[in-house]
Amino acid sequence: MASEIMTLNMGPQHPSTHGVLRLVVELDGEVIQKITPHIGYLHRGIEKLSEHRTYHQTLPLTDRMDYLAPMHNNLGYVLAVEKLLGLDVPERAKLVRVIMAELTRLKSHLVWIACHALDIGAMTVFLYAFRERELVMDLYEMVSGARMTSNYFRVGGLSRDLPAGFEQKVQEIVDTFPGHFDTYEGLLTKNTIWLQRTIGNGVISAEDAIDFGISGPALRGSGVDFDLRRDLPYSGYENFEFKVPVGENCDTFDRYKVRLVEMRESVKIIDQALKRLKPGPILADAPQVCYPPKESVYNSIEGLIHHFKIASEGFPVPEGEVYMAVENPKGELGYYIVSDGGNMPYRMRVRPPSFVNLGAIEKMAKGSMLADLVAIIGTLDIVLGEIDR
Amino acid sequence: MAENNRAVVKLKERFADALLEYKEHRGEVTVTVKKESILEVLKYLRDDLRYNFLSDVTAVDYLGQEPRFMVVYHLLSIPNKDRVRVKAPVTEADCSIDSVTPLWNSANWLEREAYDLFGINFKNHPNLVRILMTDDWVGHPLRKDYPLQGPDREPYKGRLS
Repeated sequence: MASEIMTLNMGPQHPSTHGVLRLVVELDGEVIQKITPHIGYLHRGIEKLSEHRTYHQTLPLTDRMDYLAPMHNNLGYVLAVEKLLGLDVPERAKLVRVIMAELTRLKSHLVWIACHALDIGAMTVFLYAFRERELVMDLYEMVSGARMTSNYFRVGGLSRDLPAGFEQKVQEIVDTFPGHFDTYEGLLTKNTIWLQRTIGNGVISAEDAIDFGISGPALRGSGVDFDLRRDLPYSGYENFEFKVPVGENCDTFDRYKVRLVEMRESVKIIDQALKRLKPGPILADAPQVCYPPKESVYNSIEGLIHHFKIASEGFPVPEGEVYMAVENPKGELGYYIVSDGGNMPYRMRVRPPSFVNLGAIEKMAKGSMLADLVAIIGTLDIVLGEIDR
Repeated sequence: MAENNRAVVKLKERFADALLEYKEHRGEVTVTVKKESILEVLKYLRDDLRYNFLSDVTAVDYLGQEPRFMVVYHLLSIPNKDRVRVKAPVTEADCSIDSVTPLWNSANWLEREAYDLFGINFKNHPNLVRILMTDDWVGHPLRKDYPLQGPDREPYKGRLS
């Protein structure tokens, strides 16, 4: 019988593409022969916009890239600018940044497990994980007033100190979340349908993963023992003890196990940071760069002028270029900032982890069934806001 | 110091005439090489010095300077846990450079993005088409002479304050 290749359009509006991703899939029967991803539907030109905004004004743009992990985007950006300035931030600010970054990792991974499981048909996990994510969102709201676009960090430290009762709420998360992870594992790890859908699915070897630039949990799922937090530490991560999980079989199931262990390790990091948290300054002593305290802005003309100067003119950054990468929940999120000595970035480049990871989708999905493609998109854990920027 | 960096030491021996500049700033080593030898230099860094992971490929537009563009590669060595930045100048008149897709597949999309937003032509790229902008888009948005507000608008003249 004669056979012909069928071309199937998937997306841009499709529940399993997690945003506006369009895949043109060429199928022989149900077997994938070729995938052509089309991206850019959400392109807002953040890199271009940042060239026309001061360093403080660029910060809120970064929230809007990976909207599932906004504080990681802020963190990479403020660390890059601080590196350009040669600015050191106080210990308390570093610890709070680590706590918020790891809470963000939990938040992002909870969305991943929820949507990934829902895509493969396990709806209960979705409801549970979103219930827990709500608790992390509440903490976001406590510190920054916003649930998603937090804009909480500042160049030089934090925008404000932690509110009363915050530490107790985080402690509750530290105490209860491992139990919730047990629940998810109970629902999935020995679930026959889950195993059939994930074991042997989306296999990519360690060599290929490096060749395709895959980073983050997807790289570790392929057996490469590399984590920027441990190997090229930033923001005081070198002082924390945590394990870096590594997979063996390079498939969707191993990536699932890696992310689950990562969530447990995040809870341990938060617990360690919470124990070390002491009162102290939250902004570097650099009046050229940092906003003055609110009391001084409201009660003194000098403070008001200081605030106005920084808000309107920004601050000059010495000429130079830096590349600062952080371990985003999706992978290596890098900021390459070139300064010409002015108050706005001459060029800001974001190295998007999801964008590079998505580039490997054809390699991972070729030869598998169409239904497996949904699992592969889920296991890559992409977010289109950051792919398109 | 940059002179003691392992990549700089080796590149000075091997590619003395291709090496244009090297420097260290904030603990990061930057090596600038001639664009004709970019493929050789990166292959050497990958195979002999174990910079096995290509983190990023991008470009910077230094409008008003010659050469106008700088193509920037960020390499990471997973075994040695260090980074090096390699840059290659590209002129506006001959706006092209060899594609590094034969060395890393990750360069495929990254170079497409640099082509899309800067108009740099990557020679021997398997599929050099626009990636973020639509196929019929005119112009390259990240060039400094491209107006911020979009095509057919007055170029942005900087903030008033």
